[in-house]
Amino acid sequence: MNHSKAAAAFLADQPRVSWHDQAVWAVRAKRDLQAHSTPGWERLREAAAGIKAHTMGRLADYLEEFEGNATRNGAVVHWARDAAEHNRIVLGILRARGATRLVKSKSMLTEECGLNAFLEANGVTVTDTDLGERIVQLAGVPPSHIVMPAIHLRQDEVGDLFHRLLGTPKGLSDPTQLTAAARLHLRERFLACDAALTGVNFAVAETGGLVVVTNEGNADLGITLAPVHIASMGIEKLIPRLDHLGVFLRLLARSATGQPISAYTTHIHSPRAGGELHIVIVDNGRTAQLARPAFRRSLHCIRCGACLNTCPVFRRSGGYSYGYVLPGPIGQVLAPGADARAHRDLPFASSLCLSCGDVCPVQVDLPDQLYRWRQQLGDAGLLSLRKRAAMKVAGWVLARPWAYERTAKLARWALRVWPRRVLAALARPYTVDRELPEAPAEAFRDWYRKHRGRGPAL
Amino acid sequence: MSARDAILAAVRRAAVPQVALPEVPDAWPAVRAGTASGADLARRFSEVLEQVGGTAVELNGMGALAAAVADLPAARVARESGRGIVSSVPRLAISTLVIGPDAPRARLDQVELAIIPGRMGVAENGAIWVSEEDLPHRALPFVAQHLAIVLPRGEIVADLHAAYRRLRPPLPGYGVFISGPSKTADIEQALVIGAQGPKSLTVFLV
Repeated sequence: MNHSKAAAAFLADQPRVSWHDQAVWAVRAKRDLQAHSTPGWERLREAAAGIKAHTMGRLADYLEEFEGNATRNGAVVHWARDAAEHNRIVLGILRARGATRLVKSKSMLTEECGLNAFLEANGVTVTDTDLGERIVQLAGVPPSHIVMPAIHLRQDEVGDLFHRLLGTPKGLSDPTQLTAAARLHLRERFLACDAALTGVNFAVAETGGLVVVTNEGNADLGITLAPVHIASMGIEKLIPRLDHLGVFLRLLARSATGQPISAYTTHIHSPRAGGELHIVIVDNGRTAQLARPAFRRSLHCIRCGACLNTCPVFRRSGGYSYGYVLPGPIGQVLAPGADARAHRDLPFASSLCLSCGDVCPVQVDLPDQLYRWRQQLGDAGLLSLRKRAAMKVAGWVLARPWAYERTAKLARWALRVWPRRVLAALARPYTVDRELPEAPAEAFRDWYRKHRGRGPAL
Repeated sequence: MSARDAILAAVRRAAVPQVALPEVPDAWPAVRAGTASGADLARRFSEVLEQVGGTAVELNGMGALAAAVADLPAARVARESGRGIVSSVPRLAISTLVIGPDAPRARLDQVELAIIPGRMGVAENGAIWVSEEDLPHRALPFVAQHLAIVLPRGEIVADLHAAYRRLRPPLPGYGVFISGPSKTADIEQALVIGAQGPKSLTVFLV
């Protein structure tokens, strides 16, 4: 399904759209409070963008440096070219230890790889332990937002879900009580797990260390209780030095949720006594994106979600309308890189208002990339027949002043004479939510011809 | 070709232009200039800690600590329910449960209140650096129902830049900045304190 059709389904429930819009916008407002009260915010963004640009220029060296240091620290480093290889590696680690109960903290990479379904099909019970992730896992749907996975669900819907699956009292919808019920349920899973899997927010080349950020402490509970820790990371998570964490961590939570820092910022350098630490470094299309000069800065992304929260299209169409693991502007520039044909409509689901670029803490040029994808998808012949035909006609007319004048004349005449309903039908889908304009009494061109030379001398 | 070599080769083929590393900026010029005092930093730290859901308690020296800990609601709950108190703070021998590196999970789950040392506080975000070197078990700060951290007032720095200047490599095997209690807003953006980890955080500034 393309974005506009999926968005239309979301838009059918107007009160829900307004609620979603406001819930997401509230997070943007909290982000603004933090950004405006942090001195030197723009310098910080500059520095973050500069560090990422530098890292990408020497990424292979930093990956090797990281691998060497992590190995010396006692971790086992694995490499995966694609999602299938990543999933096989994770399953292999679990099988070698007879592990069947995995607790997972949030990782968009494992969503991208379809890890849960793969592991479940192979006899592993996967428990997502972030509350929002657990909610969408129980509901049988993917996250609708990269930071707030269940932002699209109302508390009574969560209450119904917990009543059916966790045995909470019918009608209970108070977030505090529902969270308490989830806490007990998840605590059982933590105490009985065989292995823990986490994503990675930052990997430090200089020290071979990993940084994982959560508010709930769920990553820490898994890592510190399970004998095996598997950390899955994309190649783009590298930063050169430990002190660069200061730059990124000062930006991350402020941009994501409007907090000065997340509750837990965990630095893992070696496995626990008697335990194992496995790091799976994944490509899965990232090197292809790195090789596209127009789009490589999308790999700077630190997954804060600020571009989603500010996007007028995301707020009013919901995360599922994008049909890609990452929704919102960052998903719209990454998805065509993953599969241009499947996601060819996504770069067009934007008003190019530029807000995503303004809030991005690492200065990813999201609006420019959306614009560039439109050109490239057009050049690749991937636009719909209708769009191609319309562009061809428009291009021909706009390149010829005489043709433009006649077309405009015809349009003014039609607007005056033809029934509105006929015109609206012809101009769909433009007219779905818009009135056609009244025809002006006279074209500017005619007015100009009449008045030429009569104005005050300039 | 191995996956490793294939990925590294693809990265090198991408031929991304090399640019120099930028300087890491300093957020608080006043701190660099030495005009922000230790008292300013402690005040700011306490303010932000309250904002993130923690409680700051100023103590006059370690002598007052034992009494202050005994006064915590979690300590009362532990005494009344028979659940455990675990302290890894030097000279605060009030543990009622023995937790070592090999403690079984069922015993870790018995911890009602953990009291641990903090090595450094960060004024701008209320975070406290906790190192595994100060913990009998890595899980202690997370499995405890309630957490208390003892932080020397003089160990508060202005911001994360200053914090990382002090945390020179090598780092401990496990280290964590803790800012407030465990929290979530995953159900309709309603803030709930006590998600998976501790339901409260008390910081004793000594």
